[in-house]
Amino acid sequence: MKPFDEMIQSGGLVRPPYQQLKNWLDTQNSGRLAQKAIDAENVFRKTGITFAVYGDEEAAERLIPFDIIPRIITGNEWRRLSQGIEQRVMALNAFLDDIYHRQEIIRAGRIPRELFMHNDAYLPEMVGFRPPGNVYTHIIGVDIVRTEENQFYVLEDNARTPSGVSYMLENRETMMQLFPELFQQIKVRPVETYPKQLRQSLAAVAPPGCKGTPTIAVLTPGIYNSAYFEHAFLADQMGVELVEGGDLRVENGKVVMRTTEGNRAIDVLYRRVDDAFLDPLTFRPDSALGVPGIMDVYRSGNITIANAPGTGIADDKALYSYMPEIVEFYTGRKAILENVPTHRCSEPDTLKYVLENLSSLVVKEVHGSGGYGMLVGPAASKKECEAFALKLKANPKNYIAQPTLALSTTPIMTEKGLAPRHVDLRPFVLVSDRIRITPGGLTRVALKEGSLVVNSSQGGGTKDTWVLDD
Amino acid sequence: MLLGRTANGLYWMFRYIERAENMARLIDAGLRMALTKTSDAPEEWSSVLMSAGVKIGYDAKYNEYNASLVSDYLLRDTGNPSSVISCIETARSNARMVRTALTREAWESVNETWMVLKATLASAIAETDLPRVLDQIKRETAIIRGAFHGTMLRNEIFNFARLGTFVERADSTARILDVKYYVLLPSISYVGTTLDNFQWESILRSVSAHRSYRWVYDVEYNPVNIADYLILNSRMPRSLNFCYSNIVDNLQHLAIDYGARHECHTMSEAIMTRLENNEIRHIFDNGLHEFLSDIICETTSLSNEIARAYNFD
Repeated sequence: MKPFDEMIQSGGLVRPPYQQLKNWLDTQNSGRLAQKAIDAENVFRKTGITFAVYGDEEAAERLIPFDIIPRIITGNEWRRLSQGIEQRVMALNAFLDDIYHRQEIIRAGRIPRELFMHNDAYLPEMVGFRPPGNVYTHIIGVDIVRTEENQFYVLEDNARTPSGVSYMLENRETMMQLFPELFQQIKVRPVETYPKQLRQSLAAVAPPGCKGTPTIAVLTPGIYNSAYFEHAFLADQMGVELVEGGDLRVENGKVVMRTTEGNRAIDVLYRRVDDAFLDPLTFRPDSALGVPGIMDVYRSGNITIANAPGTGIADDKALYSYMPEIVEFYTGRKAILENVPTHRCSEPDTLKYVLENLSSLVVKEVHGSGGYGMLVGPAASKKECEAFALKLKANPKNYIAQPTLALSTTPIMTEKGLAPRHVDLRPFVLVSDRIRITPGGLTRVALKEGSLVVNSSQGGGTKDTWVLDD
Repeated sequence: MLLGRTANGLYWMFRYIERAENMARLIDAGLRMALTKTSDAPEEWSSVLMSAGVKIGYDAKYNEYNASLVSDYLLRDTGNPSSVISCIETARSNARMVRTALTREAWESVNETWMVLKATLASAIAETDLPRVLDQIKRETAIIRGAFHGTMLRNEIFNFARLGTFVERADSTARILDVKYYVLLPSISYVGTTLDNFQWESILRSVSAHRSYRWVYDVEYNPVNIADYLILNSRMPRSLNFCYSNIVDNLQHLAIDYGARHECHTMSEAIMTRLENNEIRHIFDNGLHEFLSDIICETTSLSNEIARAYNFD
């Protein structure tokens, strides 16, 4: 079956949200558009909007390919999506609070206790502790895919340290530079308020003892981290310091940074360092990226860490299949956004089913990310399926399986003109005293024809995402 | 207020940009000397390495001195931390680290220099191509300087960057003079020989001052004037006097901004006093070499003191 294309309906009709864009595209000559695509790439290279690929020394810094055809979402579609997202992040925060306190959801028998036992993402250090403002996950990127006009699924909730927001912002910036006339014709909702909102959002969850304007800093693992550009970009846009572990220490019960005028206390730390590396005294002792003793300061309420340590349990793939129950349990309503039906391979009957249907399923590692360690059944050879079956049988509880979704497509610019490619969407959400969702998000696109893998580390690109102001 | 690490990144970013440029000038001067054929080329290249402060590293790798080996070592050798390619790589890493402190133009100029020079220096440079490459290096660093001066706010960020530039430059000028101090000594030099003239011109050329010298002094090179020009002249942008007056100035701005003076202030002002209230004759009388090696040592200590005062040691 042909996947749903967001621009062209069956019969060659253009869907209404794309009509104006299509009219404009028809008036453009292909040479000019090709030149614009090159211009865009030069802008990215010159600005140094790069990401690092680990273990790939020669191409230590690469560009994420950018496609100049925007992906368009109507105002109505967006309203429904954002309601669903809002419901979901409220549930995630309620769930985290519960799971580190009374664990009502387990007592109610909605999810099994084993999910937390021996799960590294669940931090005993957080039990009984309530973060400032009672917010656990402040910055979230919800991965959403579409299969039909009105059918959206949440693929995963990135509740720890989602990345990609800088691409959302730079993509828009670049598009406005390249095609100012388009933005005059088509009313697109702005995204550039994100850094300001991020700052407001972080300031709103400062520790209660913080008087005056809170001092905020972004904690990065350093210039060799794959997302370093984004860390620097966000710190810069927010007008706050970009710090590394080596700049910080604990002094008189506060986390301070070493400055040219002595040590200065930090109130809110937006950390882009994983839990395990955050505090060598509490977690991995070999970590040089964190701050020794920061967890003590945190637990005494003298600093806000965003996102809170231990939030990873909420987006653990083992938990994903329980998300519909979780949303309903905490919000009292059915989830507005659906989950992809998920088979837990840890259950014997399910394992049998998955093994028998490998060629039509997508099988993922419970703890994997970045599209690695997964099997896309329909695209895999018989040999690959057999090899994967062995791994699966050896350790079934390490895997979940999902039906292969016919992800929607949108057109990209190729040498032979427009051609449909599969896309997903990562809207960005900020949670503090209120929930803010930036209209749109990051659209990732699989550039290879027919491919369903949109990850930038594996040949994916990005597009500007327009939510129409209609 | 800046992070100590940011001040460190700015300081070293500009030290390395300055160093890359100085390397290009040194090779340029060396090439010119080798062309005269009147000079002993291997010796000339050896003193270029000495002025660059990398002779020990070079000697560990090669046992002869010639244009292609030395220029390769100074331009492209990634094992040489002061080679142009290493300098640009380090400068750019530092720039990435302090990116939030730079204007978009300043960052892009460094990033672009890195892209361009990495491509240029990716393969061996033919001797006939050297002049073009050296020009390119000087042009790229000039663009960085232009973007920086044209767009950066004159605040502490600017001060730390300038301190890096002038500490590196003072060190470089003092080394260039010290390696060749003997050709400037009146007792040995007898005015007028071709060799001496070439040697003198080479010194001026290493600091791009062979033309401006004539505007200030005379058409004829004269060793005392050359020393005066590079040490005491307050308008020559690579003289010790000029470097130190900028160091003192930038430190002064920091003292006002932060409301605190440190050891580095006292130290730099003391050196400045010696450069202001001095006569070149007097320096020669007390020993040019001694004067220069004192300056080199003191510049190193000053650099350490600056790092200590502003928490980036």
